[in-house]
Amino acid sequence: MEVDVSLWCVLAFFVAAAISVCLSKRAAATALVYGATTVISALACATALTCLLNNQTASTKLPLGLPWMGASFHIDPLSAFFLVVVNLGAGAASLYGLGYGRHEPFPERVLPFFAAFLAGMNLVVLADDAFTFLLAWEFMSLISWALVVSHHRSQDNLHAGYVYILMASFGTFALLLGYGLLAGTAGHYDFEAIRSNHPSAFYSAIVLGLVLLGAGSKAGLIPLHVWLPLAHPAAPSHVSALMSGVMTKVAVYAFIRITFDLLGPPTWWWGMAILLLGGITAVMGVLYALMEHDLKRLLAYHTIENIGIIFIGLGLALAFEANHMPAPAALALTAALLHVFNHAAFKSLLFFGAGAVVTATGERDMEHLGGLIHRMPQTAFAFLVGCAAISALPPLNGFVSEWMTFQAILLSPQLPQWGLRFAVPAVGALLALSAALAAACFVKAFGVSFLGRPRTAAAEKAKEVDGFSRSAMAVFAALCVLAGILPGFFIDALGPATQHLLGSSMPAQSTIAWFSIVPINQSRSSYNGLLVFIFIALSASISAYAIHLLASKAKRRAPAWDGGFPDASPLTQYTAGSFSQPIRRVFGTLVFRVREEVTMPLPGTTQPAKHHVDLEDIIWSVLYAPLSRAITYSSDRLNVLQFLTIRRYLSLVFSALVVLLLVIAIWH
Amino acid sequence: MALTRDLAVQSFQMLLVVLLAPLVTGLVRKMKARLLRRRGPPLIQPYRDLIRLLHKEVVLANNASWLFRAAPYLIFAATWVAAALVPTFATGLMFNWTADLIALVALLGSARFFLALAGMDVGTSFGGIGSSREVMIASLAEPAMIMIVFSLALLAGTTQLSGIAQYMLSSNVGLRVTLGLAAISLVMVGIAENARIPVDNPATHLELTMVHEAMILEYSGRHLALIELSASLKLLVYLSLIACIFLPWGMAPARDTWNYFAIGAGAYAAKLVAGCIALAVFETAIAKMRVFRVPAFLGAALMLGLLGALFLFVSRGF
Repeated sequence: MEVDVSLWCVLAFFVAAAISVCLSKRAAATALVYGATTVISALACATALTCLLNNQTASTKLPLGLPWMGASFHIDPLSAFFLVVVNLGAGAASLYGLGYGRHEPFPERVLPFFAAFLAGMNLVVLADDAFTFLLAWEFMSLISWALVVSHHRSQDNLHAGYVYILMASFGTFALLLGYGLLAGTAGHYDFEAIRSNHPSAFYSAIVLGLVLLGAGSKAGLIPLHVWLPLAHPAAPSHVSALMSGVMTKVAVYAFIRITFDLLGPPTWWWGMAILLLGGITAVMGVLYALMEHDLKRLLAYHTIENIGIIFIGLGLALAFEANHMPAPAALALTAALLHVFNHAAFKSLLFFGAGAVVTATGERDMEHLGGLIHRMPQTAFAFLVGCAAISALPPLNGFVSEWMTFQAILLSPQLPQWGLRFAVPAVGALLALSAALAAACFVKAFGVSFLGRPRTAAAEKAKEVDGFSRSAMAVFAALCVLAGILPGFFIDALGPATQHLLGSSMPAQSTIAWFSIVPINQSRSSYNGLLVFIFIALSASISAYAIHLLASKAKRRAPAWDGGFPDASPLTQYTAGSFSQPIRRVFGTLVFRVREEVTMPLPGTTQPAKHHVDLEDIIWSVLYAPLSRAITYSSDRLNVLQFLTIRRYLSLVFSALVVLLLVIAIWH
Repeated sequence: MALTRDLAVQSFQMLLVVLLAPLVTGLVRKMKARLLRRRGPPLIQPYRDLIRLLHKEVVLANNASWLFRAAPYLIFAATWVAAALVPTFATGLMFNWTADLIALVALLGSARFFLALAGMDVGTSFGGIGSSREVMIASLAEPAMIMIVFSLALLAGTTQLSGIAQYMLSSNVGLRVTLGLAAISLVMVGIAENARIPVDNPATHLELTMVHEAMILEYSGRHLALIELSASLKLLVYLSLIACIFLPWGMAPARDTWNYFAIGAGAYAAKLVAGCIALAVFETAIAKMRVFRVPAFLGAALMLGLLGALFLFVSRGF
């Protein structure tokens, strides 16, 4: 029943896409398509939510795809949870699109792909056999590529699209091989058959590697992240929100589905490998973000950081699971899943905010913004909530999932393996470092774009955006607060998913007094978002009341003091580059090989002083640049094969045949 | 009856920290002055300053936003809630289960987040320089603090402060390398977080290396009073934290009679005075370091904290 409703919703997305193709450039298309996708996503989200809360499973088989197999679809608590995340993000992005889409110069290049993209993501999560899964996965990649290059006149977007499609094809290729190994020689592509057929330890390790390449490249694990900061910002902002907030979560779903569900019982070093990858990804992602001045690219780099945090949780869960410690495993997995939800909420919110800034000013570069809090107060408030949530400040939702990850780390000294005992505290330090750096990064993002004085005329003339965009932001801002102060309900909702994967779940939270949360049953640690929120609100109001009762109420507006030498030019403000300079100096010399050059003119001369910063992306220059050079070199050499005579071609074919026969002869 | 007493103790503790905070600042200033053979301002000077500020008008910069005006209240509230969670003279505070040590670190982080934003609000270069340096210092101090939390939580088996204090009072603590490393690390973090010498200088304005004072340069009147009070409160929080974790003796146990509270209060006062004297001596004896030496200082704190936690992870299960 639930599967059918979800599949009807997917069909409805396709119909919406078809309608938008027919309507093409007509003005009504935008309102119609986004209106339709909002309603459909809401319906799909509600279906998935009932499924998750009632712990239902359902499956169905359609006569599509391979003739001897059909296409199987299935909902269990895990896919239901990810369907909730996908459709929640989709619904809000559609709502946002109702307003934002009006400014789109070429709606016919966005609308059909937008609706089809939503269908693709739903299909990946619903798929119950390898063939359907891969088909949906590749469909999702291709459609999102079309959205990335929807403004294809810009050279940057074309480059982004090129890198994206290369990495996406590579990822699908890795997943294809992984499923091939999982299916075994008998070729069981059904997930049910794969589940009952565990590959040997050696093949399991290879499958894990392939899944890390396939799903990891889509999620943005370092060093497979290079396409992400190019492609996500290139798309229109509501699509950026979907790609960053939701599509990376579909990749996380693929990873969880294969490693936790299909691959069989885990080994301890899987957890360690994923933990270390996650830790490095988290810190590198946030450092990249700190160096960035483009608001949307900064957010895209932050997605990498949060994916790292999610993978730290997943790695811990695998390590605990491998050592048969059900309660800590459930805690770590719940922390990762809760962070999936939280990140979808605040990252979509932040991309909506960035889109509003782009609409209002036409600028993505923070160095050209400033003072927007005066002209766009509601956007600024919603963006501030998102910034505080992603910086893991209590009492918002980002803190809850991070707190749970820390609690899971604190349970890990009981792990027997030495490797894990060294790795886990190191990863804990990396996690703490990334959290602190994230706060620094969002002080920069909010402070430079929304506070201070406007740096350009465009920023000075900005206007508040339309009601649809603001309501989409308000929905997610409210969710961030709600999940922060009442986390117990959200954790309980995740119970069926962890129960399904690990056979254990966190203790029921909603029955605990005052809505506290506890990590495991025997634990003496607890956190209460509701009371922290009430205490902060109470003490802020008490102090405000007392101050207004006792103190002078006089207030005067005057020019800024600025140490007695105020400068009228907004150029004297701190910029994004100067704000991150101390951190660039502390971490950057190691990670980015930063070189700063200052040229000071001689006293008495009138030339301006010059400051030049050289940043190098080490991962690109060490890993990708040599690879790309090698491929170019070998393809240049192989190009000779195109210009041979017919006799040479015939002899080549003949020798290839001989070599092949020889190989077979030796093999047997 | 027990409930009312618990509530009374909790409220008294909240009131106590606010009333005591300026006195601690005054005591440190007085001590430093005496060490320099000056007479120094009287102990109650910080209270006088606060009252004077409260009676002055607020001069807002022309382009200050609502965030600039709301930030002092938010900063004060977050610091106050953090202060309410640290056991001072008694363990077993009524609301200690609301938030643990990790949440306490994050609450102080929230206060700093809004202070750094407020520094950037008016759009002056001084505010920017302060905020930028503050987040650089925090980006190393906060992980160091979390590492200390790891060490303590692994020893005590809980991240709850009352639980940690009870564990430290119990007989099975012993002399541990981890605790020594954590104590040194916590003191270093405390010095950096409270903008004390050698990281920052609380006594100067308009010095090129200033951090905290640069962020609040545009504040005046009641707003400045609140921010000054929060800064004093934060110093008190760190002193109480060090006292509660590493010198827990004399604290009144949970659910006990009034005379234990009296002993606890006396012990707490003695610990605070000792902390103030130690801080004053340390600040007088050492020179301020360049701002780019600070990462090395805090990096050492982070490494000590990590080393302490690593010892515990590795030594389990023998």
